[in-house]
Formats: sequence, structure tokens, C-alpha cells
Amino acid sequence: MLARDDQDSLKKTPLHGLHVSLGGKMVPFAGYDMPVQYPAGVLKEHLHTRSSAGLFDVSHMGQIALRPKSGKVEDAARALERLVPQDIVAIAPGRQRYAQFTNENGGILDDLMVANFGDHLFLVVNAACKDADEAHLRANLADDCVIDSLSDRALIALQGPKAESVLAKLCAEAPTMKFMDAGPHKVAGLACFVSRSGYTGEDGFEISVPAADAQRLAKTLLENPDVMPIGLGARDSLRLEAGLCLYGHDIDTETTPVEAALEWSVQKSRRTGGARAGGFPGAEKILAHFDNGASRRRVGLLALGRAPVREGALLFANSEGGEAIGKVTSGGFGPSLNAPVAMGYVPTSHSALGTNLFAEVRGQRLPLTVAAMPFVKNTYKR
Amino acid sequence: MTTTLYTSDHEWLAIDGDVATVGITDYAQSQLGDVVFVELPKVGRSLKKAEAAAVVESVKAASDVYAPVTGEVLEVNDALIAEPALVNSDAQSKAWFFKIRIGDKSELGGLMDEAAYKAHTA
Repeated sequence: MLARDDQDSLKKTPLHGLHVSLGGKMVPFAGYDMPVQYPAGVLKEHLHTRSSAGLFDVSHMGQIALRPKSGKVEDAARALERLVPQDIVAIAPGRQRYAQFTNENGGILDDLMVANFGDHLFLVVNAACKDADEAHLRANLADDCVIDSLSDRALIALQGPKAESVLAKLCAEAPTMKFMDAGPHKVAGLACFVSRSGYTGEDGFEISVPAADAQRLAKTLLENPDVMPIGLGARDSLRLEAGLCLYGHDIDTETTPVEAALEWSVQKSRRTGGARAGGFPGAEKILAHFDNGASRRRVGLLALGRAPVREGALLFANSEGGEAIGKVTSGGFGPSLNAPVAMGYVPTSHSALGTNLFAEVRGQRLPLTVAAMPFVKNTYKR
Repeated sequence: MTTTLYTSDHEWLAIDGDVATVGITDYAQSQLGDVVFVELPKVGRSLKKAEAAAVVESVKAASDVYAPVTGEVLEVNDALIAEPALVNSDAQSKAWFFKIRIGDKSELGGLMDEAAYKAHTA
């Protein structure tokens, strides 16, 4: 249990009161008092999101506007390319892209979403990293951009196959948006930023709304019988089934984007031979990993038995003897698969699909197979 | 005549003569959330009081179930292997974990009755 002082020091999102009134079980997460589950429980919340629509409060995440001092969004994009290995210049107005801040060793400081809003860039970063990210942006981009922390906004994710039909009643543009479209739109008459994205593998939307209007919007969405509130527990099992990295677990300052199997997120223009190759922190190491391969790699793992294999479990090549060759970085039970799922790092020599491995759980070595991710097929509207 | 006692680690024991049937309390299952996996001890295993005897895993985390008394495992509830969710729906009856022959009845003295357990979890 937390001491009273610690509980009082936890921050609250603009939807905190709503979580409590809905019976949310509140836990400390990244400095915030957040709902880990509601009375329905993690399993039902997870399956409801996969079959209908789930509403998530992700207001603890950081929202930052990068406004170019020149007035030209391309200048903000060029500036941001000094900090990330992604092609930011090529993000068209109204589009969004996944990126990572890297460090001098090629490790990942945080992962983020970057949207082009026409005259500025809109960034969404992880809660635990947001203060460091903002300082990083100020230290490196202040000459070119005004860095505006949008701390007066909430962020609501609506995820699942019915997310579009639910949002369409409140936002005329919702059905016309494709995966990773992003822009300022009215939702229920409120001035929101809407992107067609999320972190569950499902089709869905993230809606940035002024903090003062957040409860009203969330309640309006929850009035739709297709929508159920979803806590952090199901958010984690959904993103794990989707094969998506959790910062601080599957990726951190010790993993490069290539080791993390995030090559797809780095466009050719920033790689060796590209129009704007390198020029981001750790470029030498990251580009060497692209050119020559990395010695280890993040893989998906399916257990052959029923026992969940969790974060921290050591991985072995053999059923007995030998040194550990890797470690599980995320693992648990996948409710949609009705089976344990995990991801972890192994030597590249042991990363091929179908490779048999063993995870040590309570002194026993349980068999697993390297498996393709996502574990559950994503349903993005491309 | 069966007497039910409780541990501070949220196990219940239904005592019938020198045999105790052991499970986790309804309070414990409500704290764990959806149970997805249960690992039971082998029949014939000798357990010491407070030794990890079984494992219950929810979607969120794994938790040990401790032997509330010293003794030998006489029987385990295979129904839990097939249907771990029984722990959520019927923690203090159908979802028993194992039966143990009580080796030392004096160990029962340190356990709580229902009123004391209710106060413990209040």
C-alpha cells in the first residue's frame, strides 16, 4: 500500500472523477492515479474492445506543439529530424507518423507520435518521459521552434471495430479519416484534435480535447451502448497482443530501433544512401545496425503450455543447462488468443520464426516458439 | 463438523478431522482479478507451513498460494486446471486448490476465524 503522502502526491487527469464514479480500481501509474480496471474486469474489457468499442483515458501522456518560428512547418520538421531517425519532412499535412527520440548510443529515449497540423507539429509522448522529452526539445530545438506543452488538454482513445460508427455521430469527418490521418476537428461541438490511431491493434481514434470539456465528451461517448470504459490492465494486454512496444519494457535507452525490430518506422530517406541520411543522435550505431545487422532482436513468443511467461523471465536455447540467451520484456495472458503471449530479446541467430526456446518460470523451463507479430491481426483502416 | 479458518495471506482452510481443504478467499480473488492459470502441488508432496504450494495467475500477475499448515498433499482440484475462472466465480467452495493432512494441529492456533479475517480485510 502507498503511504497517504504518496497517494496525495499522485497527479489526476481531468477524467479522474469519472473513473472513480464508474467504479475504476485506481492505481499509481507514471505519477498519476489511474484506473487499472473497472468492475467488468480486464478480460471483459479486453474482449469488448476487440468486438465493440473501448474508451481509454490516456490524458497522462504528454501533448506538445512544435511551432516553427519561421511560420513554415517544414522548418519544424527539419528541426525535429535532428532528434529522431524518422522522415518528418515527408509527413503530409493531416497525417501522423510513429517516431523515436534516440540518444548518442543509438538507444531510445522515448517513442512518440508526430502529426503535421499544417502550420505546426503535434507530438504525443509517454507520461513517464514527458518532462524529459520537453527539456530535450527545448535544449535542442529552441532556436527554431516554440515548444508549447499542451498541459490543459485531455486525451481520450476510442478503440475497436465500432469506434468509427460511435464517433461518426459526434464528428462528421471521422468516417472519412484513414489510419494515421490527424487534424483539428469538432467532436460534439468541441475543438478537438483527432487522429485515426491508437495502441491496441484495433481501428480507432485518439481525441485530444480541452481539459475543461473532457468529462462531458467522455460521458457523451459512454452514453453509446457500444462503448465501455477500459483500464490500464486491458490496455496492456491489447497492445501486447498487437505486438506493440511498451517504453521502459520492450524499448529503452539500451535498445536501438533495429534491435527492437522497428526498422519499418525508419524511412529510407534517413538511412545510409538516403536524401537526408543520419543527422540524428546515435546515427552511426543505428545505421551500422541497418547496414550490418544487430546481434540481438526483439521477437514475439508463443508459449506451448498455459502458464503465462512474464517480464523478466530468462530465455534459454535448451530445456536444460546452458547460459540464458535472452530475456522476456513483456508477457502475460492474451485474452483474444486465450493463450499466453510474450515478447523479448534473443540473439539474432535464434530469432527466426519457429525457433524453439525455453523460458524459466518458477525453476522450470517452459517451451516457447518464436512467432510472428502481431499475435492478433490488426484492423487498421488504411 | 467442518471449521473454516483463514490466514493473513488470504488462504481459507476447511478443517474436517485431520484433513484441511485449502483455497484462496473471495477477497483475494477480487483483488487478483480474472484468474487465467493455476498451478497445483503434486499429490504426496510434503509441505511446510508458509511454503509456496500453488500459484494463481491473473491477467495481471502471478501470486503464490502458501501452505497454511505443515503436512502432506492428499488431493488436488484438477477442475481448476481446466477452468481457472472458477477461482473468480466460486473461490470458497468449488475452487478449492488442494487437501492437506494436517501434520501439527498446534499450527492451527495462529489462524483467524471468519470474524477476525473480516476485520483483517476491512
